[in-house]
Amino acid sequence: MPLLSVQNLRVELKTRDGIFPVIDDVSFTLDEGENLAIVGESGCGKSMTALALMGLVPHPVGRVAAGQILFADEDLAQANETRMRSLRGNEISMIFQEPMTSLNPVYTVGEQIAEVLRRHQGLGDKAAWAQAVDLLDAVGIPNARTRAEAYPHQMSGGQRQRVMIAIALACRPKILIADEPTTALDVTVQAQIFDLLHELREQTGTAMILITHDMGVVAEMAERMIVMYAGRRVEDGPVADVIATPRHPYTRGLISCVPHLTETLTDERPQLTEIPGIVPSLKTFGQDNCLFAERCAHASDQCQSGRPQDVMMGTQRVACWHAETIA
Amino acid sequence: MSDQTQPAERASSPLAETVQMFMKNHAAVVALVVLTCIVIGAVVGPFVYPNDPFDMVWAPFSPPGEEGYIFGTDYLGRDLAAMIVHGAQVSLTIGLAAAFMSVFIGITIGALAGFYRGWVEEVLMRFTEFFQVLPTLLFSMVIVALFGASLVTVTIAIGAVSWTAVARITRAEFLRIRELEYVMASRSAGAGNLKLMFGVILPNAAPPIIVQAALMVGTAILFEAGLSFLGLTDPNVVSWGQIIGSNRQYILDAQWTVTIPGLAIFVTVLAISLVGDGLNDALNPKLRQR
Repeated sequence: MPLLSVQNLRVELKTRDGIFPVIDDVSFTLDEGENLAIVGESGCGKSMTALALMGLVPHPVGRVAAGQILFADEDLAQANETRMRSLRGNEISMIFQEPMTSLNPVYTVGEQIAEVLRRHQGLGDKAAWAQAVDLLDAVGIPNARTRAEAYPHQMSGGQRQRVMIAIALACRPKILIADEPTTALDVTVQAQIFDLLHELREQTGTAMILITHDMGVVAEMAERMIVMYAGRRVEDGPVADVIATPRHPYTRGLISCVPHLTETLTDERPQLTEIPGIVPSLKTFGQDNCLFAERCAHASDQCQSGRPQDVMMGTQRVACWHAETIA
Repeated sequence: MSDQTQPAERASSPLAETVQMFMKNHAAVVALVVLTCIVIGAVVGPFVYPNDPFDMVWAPFSPPGEEGYIFGTDYLGRDLAAMIVHGAQVSLTIGLAAAFMSVFIGITIGALAGFYRGWVEEVLMRFTEFFQVLPTLLFSMVIVALFGASLVTVTIAIGAVSWTAVARITRAEFLRIRELEYVMASRSAGAGNLKLMFGVILPNAAPPIIVQAALMVGTAILFEAGLSFLGLTDPNVVSWGQIIGSNRQYILDAQWTVTIPGLAIFVTVLAISLVGDGLNDALNPKLRQR
């Protein structure tokens, strides 16, 4: 049985022009200890999916309109706020994109870790502080004992992200959601953070949902991936298969956008490709057609008139009318 | 290992930095010294200078210095120096208490409005605007006139009309800070609404509120002076404004009976304003730096 099972999730946003689904009929599962990546351009509903799992869809603009989020037989979409509060940071944790602004500037980092421990584990002041220092040490902050008394502005971006990871993993959650955890960091620091996440996940057995638009990161970190477009799941499957043989034209586009290094810098390189156009506006979300059609080279009348059904192709599930013909 | 090269410096707290910044503003430091002297004078003054301010000690309208009465006497022959010393306590107490009250009301209303938004905000801000458009002096006069002139009613009257600025500042800060990522991060770590409001957002909203509160002590003292000038004050206690008010008819014959308490108010309020200004400087650039 999967640890987390999201079924037909639909999240609606209320705008001046009406109500539109930012997440439209998305289903996926997450097994214990598994590493799942959610991929897509900005505005595809990746982050909103994460917020929905945490019960943090911005109120009252957004709401979970339909679907289930089953976590250990409990539907989180129906759970009340008190219950969600006891899960957040305890069973399900989240790391955010911007380590520079994700820590509270007026408290020491040690205090911010200790607070989570006091809240969820009922530890006393001393025990929580001692464990906070241990956690800082575990995430690779040197001189953890003195650095625990530092304020966030006295730390570098990479160190702050390490602190965020320490906070997120303090209560040994079952699920860690990482929303573009390294986008704001230097490339060298990115690699360190991913090494750290790898290592900590091996120790704690935490399952991870990695939200990213970086295919390199996906290939490095995840076992399974979901590609999202305009609030819908367009393709999912094992990372190796999807990257080797992307079935959906959008996935294909995403993968061909990644520049490849050549052995010598002077070698002729293929021109970088891009997917023409942009993600459609929220107003078109929820329409009964293929929302990618207007950017797709393979689009036909069928794409404009009907919503593509999921097709299984080997290990991959694809939502495209032409999946078989263009493969 | 680029993110680990930073030396393990000794952490300097925000408080230490604020003190450092404050020390750079010389006017504020001087004002703080003056203010400290005034406060100490108000606290220990009545013991050092125990003359009863209501006793008739010498002929009325004696100019300062006569018979050892350094500030002279007022129209009833009372020792003006004793009145100033005893009045300091009353003026400062009312100033502090009224400022405390308006900060308390203002933060509560502003925090609820800024945090919950929606109809809560609508109702609370209309309520605030209602108080804002009331003519403040008139409204507080009505309160004192209705409930009698005592120190408590005067304090309440001042607090009730001056909390709106704090409420608006608090709400504005809450509106800004509630959208910041660390609030979402705290929420995602399981923090409840109360914790978010008063443990996460309020400490970050504190600097402008502290500055406003400091300035409010000054305006509350002025307000009290205004009310007691009009005779709306407890007749059994001396306050600076009351000295001015009771001697105002004799300003041409004995200007010192009005000038000296007036100077006391002026110096105190100026010192408070300068300290508030210094706090503003000390607390703001640090926010920018972050």
